Amino acid sequence: MPNFIMSYLGSTVTPGEAGNQFWALMYVLIIFAGVSVAVIAMNWIERKALAHFQVRLGPMRVGPHGLLQPFADALKLMLKEDIIPAEADQFVFWVAPLIGLLAAFTVYTVIPFGPSQAVSDMNIGILFMLGVSSLGVLGIVVAGWASNSHYPLIGALRSSAQMVSYEVAMGLAVVSAILMTSLNASGTGTLSMIGIVQAQQQQGVWFIFKFFPLGFIALVIFAIAMIAETNRAPFDMAEAESELTAGYHTEYSGLRWSLFMLAEYAAMIAVSSIAVTLWVGGWMRPFPNLLNAPAWDFVFSLFPGLTFLGLAAIAFVGVARMPAHSFFKIQRIGLAVFAALLGFIALLLLVIAVVGRSADTSVAARFREGIDYVYWFVLKVAVFMYLFIWYRATWPRYRFDQLMRVGWKVLLPISLGVLVVTAIVGVIVS
Amino acid sequence: MVPITTLHYLVVAAALFVLGVIGVLTRRNVVIVLMSIELILNAVNLNLVAFSRMWGNLNGQVFAIFIVVDAAAEAAVGLGILIAFFRNKETINVDEIDLLKW
Amino acid sequence: MNPAMNSALNSGMAPVATPFFFYMLAGLAVVGGLLVITRRNAVHSALALIVTLLAVAGLYLMLYAPFVAGVQIIVYAGGIMVLFLFVIMLVNIERSSKERRFNRMWPVGLGAACALLALFVSAFAKGKALFPEGMMSMPESSNTQQIATMLYGDAGRMGQYTFAFEIASLLLLVAILGAVIMTKKRI
Repeated sequence: MPNFIMSYLGSTVTPGEAGNQFWALMYVLIIFAGVSVAVIAMNWIERKALAHFQVRLGPMRVGPHGLLQPFADALKLMLKEDIIPAEADQFVFWVAPLIGLLAAFTVYTVIPFGPSQAVSDMNIGILFMLGVSSLGVLGIVVAGWASNSHYPLIGALRSSAQMVSYEVAMGLAVVSAILMTSLNASGTGTLSMIGIVQAQQQQGVWFIFKFFPLGFIALVIFAIAMIAETNRAPFDMAEAESELTAGYHTEYSGLRWSLFMLAEYAAMIAVSSIAVTLWVGGWMRPFPNLLNAPAWDFVFSLFPGLTFLGLAAIAFVGVARMPAHSFFKIQRIGLAVFAALLGFIALLLLVIAVVGRSADTSVAARFREGIDYVYWFVLKVAVFMYLFIWYRATWPRYRFDQLMRVGWKVLLPISLGVLVVTAIVGVIVS
Repeated sequence: MVPITTLHYLVVAAALFVLGVIGVLTRRNVVIVLMSIELILNAVNLNLVAFSRMWGNLNGQVFAIFIVVDAAAEAAVGLGILIAFFRNKETINVDEIDLLKW
Repeated sequence: MNPAMNSALNSGMAPVATPFFFYMLAGLAVVGGLLVITRRNAVHSALALIVTLLAVAGLYLMLYAPFVAGVQIIVYAGGIMVLFLFVIMLVNIERSSKERRFNRMWPVGLGAACALLALFVSAFAKGKALFPEGMMSMPESSNTQQIATMLYGDAGRMGQYTFAFEIASLLLLVAILGAVIMTKKRI
């Protein structure tokens, strides 16, 4: 059994390519668990960050500093009464959140967390991602129709029109990134996600910095389009409470609504991962070519441990700052335990980084490499997620006609222009 | 089990084709007739791609892509006609769309 | 190393899907087709058609056509079906779900379809030898590259289908204009 695990850790291909169903299933379960944890964490971070943007504190009571708030929310949603409107179509009402969830989670099969850490590195990875995220529109349309009520229907039609419009700009931005992968020695590009990051590695530059500012503009277009794709502010006209009483998920209560919320956050993380893979370098650490010495490798491999150490320090500061009152005893103890847990993880990561610092193929070195790849990837995705929250806190909502105007009359011409100019510059350079 | 040959795919395509033909000939709802036409086009595509694999060249796949493009255009125009008609006559039954002037 | 991984890596090509996947996808496609033509509710038919389209995309993947599968999912399931659902919601009238599903001539239609089916069956039975097992000469990894060469041309020459590709884009332009103009209330 340990030999089996070790033999798998030493492989250099994804489980999909190796035809190993057991490990593919393990990856799928790990990704599912990871995304669920990320959604829960994202819920907490969103509420606290929005609150701090608005000069208030956010949830503070449920756990220490509101850390258990998402769990309380999940429990409440699961225990709520399941109301189905009387004239609604039962089967379609039941299946609509599942379509959205399916579309959001299927994208994760192609997302690469490392050079061989993806569930399956399809040759048409990007095409698959575009197609599956366009299936999410169907879930929304069907949900709005199945509710048999005006506001959900209008909200669903608006939301799906918006998503379909911004899919075009998103696709063109993706194409201009894929164009850049073909600027290598053999003149052949690739559609596979791992291939795109490896192309960035070969060409020695993240695509966000390539042919500056073309790559950067393409990333900005993709970033705007992905906010519209996931129906987040400032493009959340279709689900804003003051406009349409929560749009297409008005009639959904309890667990069904939480499925929609799960699908929305999972889609946010998925498209952020796509943006990171295509432009920001995927799993590569910063400055892979400029700071190339093994000493720099070691310094950058300390980052995961130091991050968790920083988080543990912040948690300990929170413990120290809590009022020394008997009412807060349980919260102090809880937060101290959480801080100790973070510190323990930090210690573990630092030990792995130190023990595995040589570039040989020992177990610790392989662990260290895997952890580094996943860490840098997750860090970049976390930056994009924080940007999502920041946009929600600061920008007002687009009116629906303004939204469609931006999608068709502003983003589409700019993305076409970027594509053409990238192609011309690519031909000139090579 | 018998290995999957090209004939298996052709049988599936034929089944889809026949189901599409039944849908076009017997349903009264115009939208469902259009969806049956899409079924027919998919059956043809499946045939093309199966033969493309049998002969080992990619002409079948390229033609299948063109058929998908064509189906998109046809669905858009067909549904446009349906909406324009619906605005005038308030019905989507093929049985009631039977007068040249009204 | 793990022997299963070893043999898969040495075979040179990705493992072909087993008969299980073929029968599952084919069954899904045919059942979806049946549901399309028999449901009273148009939205149910549309959902069944989506299932059929995704199953057919899976069959394309089994036939070593990943690019066609991707195009099928993006254009058909993600574009055309959204269009169908929009139109169903726009023209959905309560009356239609309480009327008869099939028109008066349904025996004739069914008979014609059965004749067609008999034709197919006889064609397959007589010509069984004409459809051998497919030649495994198309590597999956360069499928997109080869299709692109056929569509766009290569190293200064026009591809085999470049002209048709341009005409297809013109066709789409005409379709867009036609659909917009036909559905405008005031031209």
